[in-house]
Amino acid sequence: MVDLRLGASIAAGRLSGALIRTLGLGGATTVPGRVAGALVSDLLPRLGRGLARGSVLVSGTNGKTTTARLLAWICRQAGWACIHNRAGANLPAGITAALLGHSALDGRVRGDLGVFEVDEAALPLVSGALRPRIVVLGNLFRDQLDRYGEIDLVADRWRAALRHLPADGAVIYNADDPLVADVVRPHRCARTFGIADPSLRRGERPEHAADGRYCYRCGVPYAYGAAYLGHLGEYHCPRCGTARPPLDVGAAEVRLGGMAGSTFVLAAGGERAAVTTVLPGLYNVYNVLAAAATALALGIPLATVAAAVREFVPAFGRGERMTIAGRPAYMLLAKNPAGFNEVLRSALAGGRPIVAVIAINDLTADGRDVSWLWDVDFEMLRDRCRLAVVTGVRAHDMAVRLKYAGLPRAAITVEPDEARALRRGVQGLEAGEPLYVLPTYTAMLRLRHILARRGVVRASWED
Amino acid sequence: MGLDLRICHLYPDLLNLYGDRGNIAVLVRRAQWRGIAVEVAEVPVGAPLRAGVHDLFFIGGGEDRQQALAARDLQSGKGDVLREAVEAGAVLLAVCGGYQLMGHVYRPAEGEDLPGVGLLDLTTSHPGKRHPRLIGNIVVRWEPPAPGAPSTLVGFENHGGRTRLGPGARPLGRVVAGGGNNGEDGTEGAVYRHAFGTYLHGPLLPKNPWFADHLIALALRRRHGEVPLAPLDDDLEAAAHQAALRRAR
Repeated sequence: MVDLRLGASIAAGRLSGALIRTLGLGGATTVPGRVAGALVSDLLPRLGRGLARGSVLVSGTNGKTTTARLLAWICRQAGWACIHNRAGANLPAGITAALLGHSALDGRVRGDLGVFEVDEAALPLVSGALRPRIVVLGNLFRDQLDRYGEIDLVADRWRAALRHLPADGAVIYNADDPLVADVVRPHRCARTFGIADPSLRRGERPEHAADGRYCYRCGVPYAYGAAYLGHLGEYHCPRCGTARPPLDVGAAEVRLGGMAGSTFVLAAGGERAAVTTVLPGLYNVYNVLAAAATALALGIPLATVAAAVREFVPAFGRGERMTIAGRPAYMLLAKNPAGFNEVLRSALAGGRPIVAVIAINDLTADGRDVSWLWDVDFEMLRDRCRLAVVTGVRAHDMAVRLKYAGLPRAAITVEPDEARALRRGVQGLEAGEPLYVLPTYTAMLRLRHILARRGVVRASWED
Repeated sequence: MGLDLRICHLYPDLLNLYGDRGNIAVLVRRAQWRGIAVEVAEVPVGAPLRAGVHDLFFIGGGEDRQQALAARDLQSGKGDVLREAVEAGAVLLAVCGGYQLMGHVYRPAEGEDLPGVGLLDLTTSHPGKRHPRLIGNIVVRWEPPAPGAPSTLVGFENHGGRTRLGPGARPLGRVVAGGGNNGEDGTEGAVYRHAFGTYLHGPLLPKNPWFADHLIALALRRRHGEVPLAPLDDDLEAAAHQAALRRAR
């Protein structure tokens, strides 16, 4: 029997999307989902059931856009028809909109696997609606405390989300993150990924931007054999023995090449493969591991995975390469302390002092509280940043932060207007030098909007 | 002999939720820029706190779990040291969760009371999940310690607990925009002798450098007497203060 109401809702959703795009109002990445969802309340589960191979949900504080996009890319290279919320619209309406874009009016979905990045707080809702075959959990860092609340609350939401998994549903998670491991521990069907290269250790104590320092059972600090990134590393509790779980998929012999990307040996079970990626920094090694471990669990051969990773191009604003006024530039989204530290390390890896445009907004999607800027180790820019042009709604907060990080006053330029800030940055470059553009989320959208008008980049939703 | 300042940072790895270490960075650098030598002792849970050593104590905010760990640790001797130090003229700055712990008690919505240090005459209770947290930009009017400093303090607040002052503490200031101690009586923070408690993070001192200088001057007084502080170029800090004022309205 034809479900008229379902057909009408799909038609209405798709019509709203076409209208928005025709009128040039944007990419229509969520509105169709809201419109259609208002007509049929269980639209998301009904559309989701049409995916023959089911859904994979990817969540985590940092890297979920890159991980989901890479996973979708690998699956497509393996010949699967993937539906993916590409533009980072990671709330239920955005996921519904992605499915609507590939649905016939009778509710049939043209695609066999859904790969969806999901906002940390929305994971229980989406997990309940889609009953995914795999949930991928990347990491848990403090982020937007005014919106998400304390990190333990996010962890509790994830515990609730995992209870929605079907009996054969799997969790693939970052074993190096003690917070994530604690969330997944009771789950039967779980596979791990992590770094298997102690030479990458940054010490035996986690850096300042670390959250899971204390054992959840005992309240005593974890001891680290190697701390890699924030509180990620090889840890154990000296009292109860809780430790980093064994790795099912690991990265060994990691070579970080700054903005040129990285190479490592991916070890999974008895198999090994050399992996090359243009994605910069250790944080992206984790993203590649997450996507690769999931692809392997889906049954895609290791050789296919490695080949796909090599060809992968980063998502918009996440290590995106562009040319501004004839100069090479990198745009690196930086939205919380742990992520910002990694972005700074990648930008500084070349060894030369850099020129950077740092764009800080405090809108809802950025977090209205900018105190996190003081948890970023901007001290590493001291003597290694020739010019920092600070811009955005909170440009002045950023300027003060850099002053107390030890940058000379003359190296700090305050220019709240983003377009002018880009110009000032480009003017500060010497021949052959790249410009590093480091924005928060809404500042990144704003900068890309400016650059898209100049034809430097494509609009986010076309990306 | 040159001037020196001894700062104690309590629970730096536990109560560090809202960029709290920025307050330490500002105190340290503003003292150093004036030729004052600074020593910062970080005192974690379980480590002893020696009496009579420090001129200035700082304690920040944390999540519930961390705050409970700190509360327990304060009861095992550190709280007494803090109380005696403040009576003897030392400076204390306590922010958010640390501020709550300086009172008599923190009463959560569920579960057992957390005993406080009782250094500030105040109690805090959490009214339950049906009452919204006080979250947002906040502006407070206060009496600036030095002529020429603005009569406002700016910051960001994010707390569920509601704090009420007893007669032994006076408020740090009056709320112009935001919630403050409890969202009802218009007060923000608490002062007793040279001890200051507040819900303002952001962090507090970078955008209110005049407050930082006030704390440094009071802290120097303990061992060095009245010391005039040389003025600094605060153009960036003043602009950030103004930007925060605009953002809160």
